[in-house]
Amino acid sequence: MMALDETTAREFKVVGTRPVRPDGVDKVTGRARFGADAYAPGMLHGAVLRSPHAHARIVRIDASAAEAMPEVKAIVTQADFAEGLSGENRNVLENIMAGERALYDGHAVAAVAATTAFAARDALKRIEVEYEVLPHVTDVDEAMKEDAPVVRDGAADASVPDGMHPNVVRYHENGHGDVEAGFATADLVIEERFRTEAAHQGYIEPHACLAQLGPDGKGELWCCTQGHFVAGKICASLLGIDASQLRVTASEIGGGFGGKTTVFIEPVALALSRKANRPVKIVMSRAEVFRATGPTSSASMDVRIGMKKDGTITAGEGVFRLQGGAFPGAPMEFSAMCAFAPYDLENVRCIGWDVICNRPKQAAYRAPGSPMGAFAVESVIDELCNRLGLDPIEVRLKNAAREGTRAAFGPRYPRIGLVETLEAARAHAHYSAPLEPGQGRGVSCGFWFNHAGETAVSLALAEDGTVSLSVGTPDIGGSRASMCQMAAEALGISYDKIRTTVADTATLGYNDVSHGSRVTYASGLATIKAAEDTVDKLCARAAAEWGIDRDAVVWEDGHARPAGPNAGEFEPVSLARIASRMGRTGGPIVGHFEATPEGAGVSFATHLVDAEVDPETGATKVVRYTVVQDAGKAIHPSYVEGQFQGGAAQGIGWALNEEYIYGEDGRLQNPGFLDYRIPVASDLPMIDTVIVEVPNPGHPYGVRGVGETSICPPLAAIANAVSNAAGVRLCELPMSPPRILKALDAEADG
Amino acid sequence: MVDVLLWGSLRPFADGEETVSVEAATVGEVLNGLVRAHPGLKPHIDAGVSVAVDGRIISSSLGEPVGPDSEVVLMQRLKGG
Repeated sequence: MMALDETTAREFKVVGTRPVRPDGVDKVTGRARFGADAYAPGMLHGAVLRSPHAHARIVRIDASAAEAMPEVKAIVTQADFAEGLSGENRNVLENIMAGERALYDGHAVAAVAATTAFAARDALKRIEVEYEVLPHVTDVDEAMKEDAPVVRDGAADASVPDGMHPNVVRYHENGHGDVEAGFATADLVIEERFRTEAAHQGYIEPHACLAQLGPDGKGELWCCTQGHFVAGKICASLLGIDASQLRVTASEIGGGFGGKTTVFIEPVALALSRKANRPVKIVMSRAEVFRATGPTSSASMDVRIGMKKDGTITAGEGVFRLQGGAFPGAPMEFSAMCAFAPYDLENVRCIGWDVICNRPKQAAYRAPGSPMGAFAVESVIDELCNRLGLDPIEVRLKNAAREGTRAAFGPRYPRIGLVETLEAARAHAHYSAPLEPGQGRGVSCGFWFNHAGETAVSLALAEDGTVSLSVGTPDIGGSRASMCQMAAEALGISYDKIRTTVADTATLGYNDVSHGSRVTYASGLATIKAAEDTVDKLCARAAAEWGIDRDAVVWEDGHARPAGPNAGEFEPVSLARIASRMGRTGGPIVGHFEATPEGAGVSFATHLVDAEVDPETGATKVVRYTVVQDAGKAIHPSYVEGQFQGGAAQGIGWALNEEYIYGEDGRLQNPGFLDYRIPVASDLPMIDTVIVEVPNPGHPYGVRGVGETSICPPLAAIANAVSNAAGVRLCELPMSPPRILKALDAEADG
Repeated sequence: MVDVLLWGSLRPFADGEETVSVEAATVGEVLNGLVRAHPGLKPHIDAGVSVAVDGRIISSSLGEPVGPDSEVVLMQRLKGG
């Protein structure tokens, strides 16, 4: 761990600048190869047959008519995958190919590989599936009721107390103190129920892959993924092959946001390929993405908070019920752990319930669980401020968590930057700007843990003094640029002398997924360490040439130099000079780092929003938005600002428009961007950003992850702005025009 | 001995205790010590946990050191998106 003063005192030359992204030309010219751009000789096209029912027993599958088509080369069902799987692998297999029952509308039941995509889709129509339709449930509160249909019996783990419905599969509780005693000392206690709908990550690139697997168990997979090492590991398990025999290459990725941290079509394409003994490509349609890949959970939450007249929070309590589709995993524990994380509370208690429904298996979405919890808690704090006539930022500052505060999830915080974000928000011109009639202002804080994970990096010198950096974390947010910057900083050479490549699974050690805001932190730390390893080898070569000890050589500004007068008088020798002679001085020079770093610092943000509500139509317009967030140290400030803006933009969509709409029949009614409305540029104001830098002592340059925290405050900040504009508290997301009109009508009716 | 704070819903599996004392010098020994003291915790720990040591959240590394005066908190395994 780096001493904090050492981190803050360092002057950077490359870190903190804004160089042009190395993948920019490829992206704007169309040269970048995404998942659907992969081709192979003799390639077949795969297509997946999906259940039209929310819940049904699969009585019989007759594929004989499809098999009779000359274009069809393979058909697979769950019987074509490994047997005897357990735990999460069993859940993943059940999700990507149904067994005895279809558990949601869109659940895969069979797949075809044919010589053309048209023939594959035609063949799907010729597969006869006999279903016995079963009762279904898609709402989290309904699914917990005594008479609710059972989605999957026996799915609950040991944490669930006796007497709960089988759809309740996990239970979590955290907190400290005595909340009832705390409420007793409050001047005002407010309790509200909140609901959020499932929102999809909304990545522009649908899932796509090309798979090749032979009867000898050796295979290759090209896919758009946030983690090709993990994708390979899961696929190998589901196919019953050795992980090292499956080489996986990550394509460029058109967005993931957590939704591409697992597999959907990849094992299916591999199974088809193994059966046909030819490469198979599958590209999901947008409707398939909505129906069969994971959105985030929907939530039903009760929050109670007590406050004194001076703004002191005396107690907080939350119950967070999240449904995660037909399988365990809804991130209710993170709602419970994060919701009160920004505050220093003597009395706090949070409960989480993970509930299964007849919906697609939820997948991670930026800071999974945290945005919903923040929505509920920050809304109640706003309402308390309104009723007690208190300033919402002053109240948050009064109660803000600081170094040494015991977090609601247990430990005491090390150095954190929440107060700095609140102070920066208070000082921002946005906070004191006058509002127009019909407008309201909202404030919210948000928190995310950040993650590290297994990481391996290799850094190789070329004879011309340039550097090839290999990382194992797909670039989902500009990380190739920031890796080049950190390597350049550590080596003392220029940014454009380095190329960063996302290496395949056969050429680098295991890497965890690009998730948890971990890449700039963990791959960045590994890059710096690999560069330092390289520098050590460079210094050793110089020392050998000079005939002095290695310890008598230092590395400064890209040159080896004698450490001092006692080391002798030698002309500094550059990285390029040592590299040009490395074949004759000991061979190739490659630096490595392989570890699981454990110093990802937590991160906080404060958002300000001005919203305008049209009381006649219920339409909301976000007129001003400011993100203030602690980045620890911004390696490439433009990318940090982009992450801030992206989180705010996705939060605006989640808060105002995006939702999974299910019919009475349990079928998804809006599986397309026409009816599932994500914000477009004309819906958004310019989103202002303020980067706060409170260095993380767990990273050599002070980095904290920034990719997820930015989506934690928006739901609440926007809800507070809309509620203050409309004059009525909005407790259900999305705050679509019909819901706002309903709330206004209810308020008018008293 | 190291005092380990459990999250609320684990306490029924530790005879209702909020804090469990174990002999441990590393995160791995903390987890082993918890299971030895309260076997009912095993499925929860096997499902994956993180351990906060003096506010630093350890997600995987069993060899991370733990001192007798360390604040040690068992946490749900962290994930991300």
